[in-house]
Amino acid sequence: MILEVRELTKAFGGLKAIEEVNFKVRQGSIVSIIGPNGAGKTTLFNCLTGILPSTKGRILFEGKEITYWKPHAITAKGIARTFQNIRIFAAMTVLENVMIGQHSRSKEGLFTAVMGTTTFRKEEETIKSKAFEYLEFAGISGYADVLADNLPYGCQKRLEIARALATEPRLLLLDEPAAGMNPQETLELMELIRRIRGWGKTVIIIEHDMKVVMGISDWIIVLDHGVKIAEGTPNEIQNNPDVIEAYLGKEEVF
Amino acid sequence: MLTKGLPFYTILLPNLLKFNAMFFQQIINGLTVGGVYALIALGYTLVYGILELINFAHGEIYMIGAYLGIIFLGIFTAAGLTEYSLLLSLVLTFIMSTLVCSAYGFTVEKLAYKPLRNAPRLNPLISAIGVSIFLQNYVMLTQGATDKVFPHVIPVTIIEFSNVTMTTLQLFIIIVSLLLMAGLHLFIMKTKTGKAMRAVAQDKIMASLLGINIDRIISVTFIIGSGLAAVAGLMVAMYYGLVNYSIGYLVGIKAFTAAVLGGIGSVPGAMIGGLVLGLIESLGAGYLSSEYKDAYAFIILIIILLVKPTGLLGKSEGPRP
Repeated sequence: MILEVRELTKAFGGLKAIEEVNFKVRQGSIVSIIGPNGAGKTTLFNCLTGILPSTKGRILFEGKEITYWKPHAITAKGIARTFQNIRIFAAMTVLENVMIGQHSRSKEGLFTAVMGTTTFRKEEETIKSKAFEYLEFAGISGYADVLADNLPYGCQKRLEIARALATEPRLLLLDEPAAGMNPQETLELMELIRRIRGWGKTVIIIEHDMKVVMGISDWIIVLDHGVKIAEGTPNEIQNNPDVIEAYLGKEEVF
Repeated sequence: MLTKGLPFYTILLPNLLKFNAMFFQQIINGLTVGGVYALIALGYTLVYGILELINFAHGEIYMIGAYLGIIFLGIFTAAGLTEYSLLLSLVLTFIMSTLVCSAYGFTVEKLAYKPLRNAPRLNPLISAIGVSIFLQNYVMLTQGATDKVFPHVIPVTIIEFSNVTMTTLQLFIIIVSLLLMAGLHLFIMKTKTGKAMRAVAQDKIMASLLGINIDRIISVTFIIGSGLAAVAGLMVAMYYGLVNYSIGYLVGIKAFTAAVLGGIGSVPGAMIGGLVLGLIESLGAGYLSSEYKDAYAFIILIIILLVKPTGLLGKSEGPRP
């Protein structure tokens, strides 16, 4: 188990955005978290990555407790994420964006940088060529020197994934990666996610597009009003009455 | 003073005729003070870029830099180092003042701003004004309320071409300012820490998720800004020869104006803003009236805020895309 979440609760004042959520994620799997708007999916990601402090419960990554760690420490430990809305560094080039992702993986010290030593230049070259590899992996290496702000939308989403990969995570969290994509781009995205898993990485995605969810997930977790109401394989979830109710209302509808 | 009782515009015309030599003279004077303004303005703009905080205590850091220069040079002189090698003692004075000043900046951030990181924006601003008042009084109590004289140890030679004169000290100030600005630019654009600073300025949360330690970057920002202010303070102390506990106020506000002029948050903006402000001030002093010298900065500030509040190179603050 790469990730274990035990009785995780996050409350905003009296409102419990997630409540006593338990789940485990198997190494090397693709897990989808689904649920209606306001189910607490993004809040869960925020807790997992340390952006929001959890109110209660425990988060174990590779058996180690990371519940109250700071975001940069969690990233260094091996969890990366993207956001629902695009959060690239618009004023930097595409390549620079990815180079930033390697921040915690490079050893470049202030001293070597200021002195401009050969160690610094070598390190700089390694970072650059690695960053380029991630761009190639995401299929946007042709845009390396373009200002990130000028990229087309679909490529900006890919850039976010490339940048997240540059932190060398073992667990990647993607928040609605297919949002705003056309069917062709969505297919390419699913392919990209499969290739990421093929790299030995574990992927958790939040997604509304059921074609994506059913198409690539090994396991699905369903949240509703901050509570986990079901989990299982795509097949099990599709036929689960609780899930159908959460999405479509009471049974009378049918 | 002939011009004293006359209306403002009557002094304008005859002065405009004295072009040439005076013009270049004022350019040199302007670049000298402008370089100093730019160094201090960088401290404002760096901190604003990352924390969206106007660090009103920054002028005081500059003032402390000037005092530290006098103290360290005094120590080195007493120890006989200045007699042995003037250059060495000056270099050490610069290094020590910069280091101690950076420590001041670092401490101010940790004690006065960090605890208020998540408070409403007005709170750290008020805290900054508090720090400013505290530091002024702290220096007044420990160093006295009277002017301190910077030791006259540096031989000043006058360089002269045609009718324009320039002291070696002015040349030194201009060169050091430009070198530090170039160095800072390279640091921000090329190094890992510099890139991280740019990332934090654009999106703190995303930066932290990419493994950047935000607290560390904020500390680095304060250390760099304070170090630049220390060098500026030391150079001004050498230039004018006098230091007082209250010098940080006016220079601080002028440098802040320079940062706003260039576009607060923009590093090249602060550099250009500082130099432009210095030039406007000294050209204004030369051609209009030197009595209004300190007013020009504020006239500029008012005009900028009315006409182009984002400054020369600043971007408009839209919603995050």
